[in-house]
Amino acid sequence: MSITIDARGFSCPQPVLMFMEAIKSGNESTIIVLVDTDASKENVSRAAESKKYNVTDIRQQKDEYQITIVKD
Amino acid sequence: MVKNFFAGRWGIICVGAIIGILAGVLQKLGNPGNMGICVACFERDIAGALGLHRAGVVQYMRPEIIGFVLGALIAAFSFKEFKPRSGSAPIVRFVLGVFAMIGALVFLGCPWRALLRLAGGDGNAIIGLLGLAGGIWIGVLFLKNGYNLGRSQATHKSVGLVFPLIMLGFLCLMFLYPQVAGENKSGVLLYSLKGPGAMHAPLFISLIIGLVIGFIAQRSRFCTMGAFRDLILFRHIHLLTGLISLVIFAFITNFVLGQFNPGFEGQPVAHTMQVWNFAGMVLAGLAFALAGGCPGRQLFLSGEGDGDAAVFVLGMIMGAAIAHNFGLASSPKGVGPHGIAAVAVGLIVCLFIGFTMKKNIKGV
Repeated sequence: MSITIDARGFSCPQPVLMFMEAIKSGNESTIIVLVDTDASKENVSRAAESKKYNVTDIRQQKDEYQITIVKD
Repeated sequence: MVKNFFAGRWGIICVGAIIGILAGVLQKLGNPGNMGICVACFERDIAGALGLHRAGVVQYMRPEIIGFVLGALIAAFSFKEFKPRSGSAPIVRFVLGVFAMIGALVFLGCPWRALLRLAGGDGNAIIGLLGLAGGIWIGVLFLKNGYNLGRSQATHKSVGLVFPLIMLGFLCLMFLYPQVAGENKSGVLLYSLKGPGAMHAPLFISLIIGLVIGFIAQRSRFCTMGAFRDLILFRHIHLLTGLISLVIFAFITNFVLGQFNPGFEGQPVAHTMQVWNFAGMVLAGLAFALAGGCPGRQLFLSGEGDGDAAVFVLGMIMGAAIAHNFGLASSPKGVGPHGIAAVAVGLIVCLFIGFTMKKNIKGV
């Protein structure tokens, strides 16, 4: 299952908290996180890696980032 | 995509080391004891220089603070990270800034200075740091229960530039009205003749070091509150490594420069009323956690266009004015006449904010 989290406008630690909440159930295989600062992009990526998820793609659209995270 | 070295593990360790060393050097060059850098104290001095409070011993337009914001601005523009944004509960951030400052001035230092005091041998700092961790822990409880300040909105470039321009204006004032030996006033600016406000490194050195730290701290997202918060909330030690690096390198620098004096009594710009060292920092830590950044981080965010962080900084400057006008700030003799009451009020206000600002933030 795939899920999209819109964390735009939130600053740390909210985007990471939202990602953690989303993976709690363990049912999601693909998580797409939308953020709008570089700090959030780095924090979410770091959190994903620490939870043994893979960041497979970071796409920049104007001033936003779309981070694609996939479970191993 | 160019990898951001400073955001990696070695990057944050380097940044902590550079800040620790430069803080020791600034002290050697004239800044007050164990106060090579103190964001709260220096913003308080700026409030004094502007005449917002009239405590004659703490009035100086600190170029380090100006450098922090402008250095972060330069870094943000250099790496296309300048993102003008605003609108995430600014009034709440202002109030949190006010009480963060009051808490810090009861302890006599922000988290940065707490670390530098520790690195200079001041044992009272341990109590302050415990209080800081305690305050952040309470903040984490709120975060776990859904506390948040709401989303910010992207906005006009000029919104993000206003605060850096204010800092540039302050710098212009310093050049227009430079310190005159033996005078406590130059043009519109006040200058301390004695006390911590009279102790400062040469203007250009302070400014350049401020710019360097502002630049690398923006790149690394260095944050003393985030270090504890991420440890408690996520068991992440990334930011904490930077903080530990700061203490170690500041200690080495102090040791080499003969600035390490272990003990509790008679430490520079410090008092030994431990309950209030602790409680002051509980208040500050909670306010920083609720506002999403330590006072340094708020300056760096202000430099990269975050108008809400800028409002927090203005709250801190206002808090400093209130703290000195109302007798809330401590002195080496101990807490101020109304410091204890202010800590109590501050904690109640922070708890109110923490309990009431809950919103479903599931962006799903």
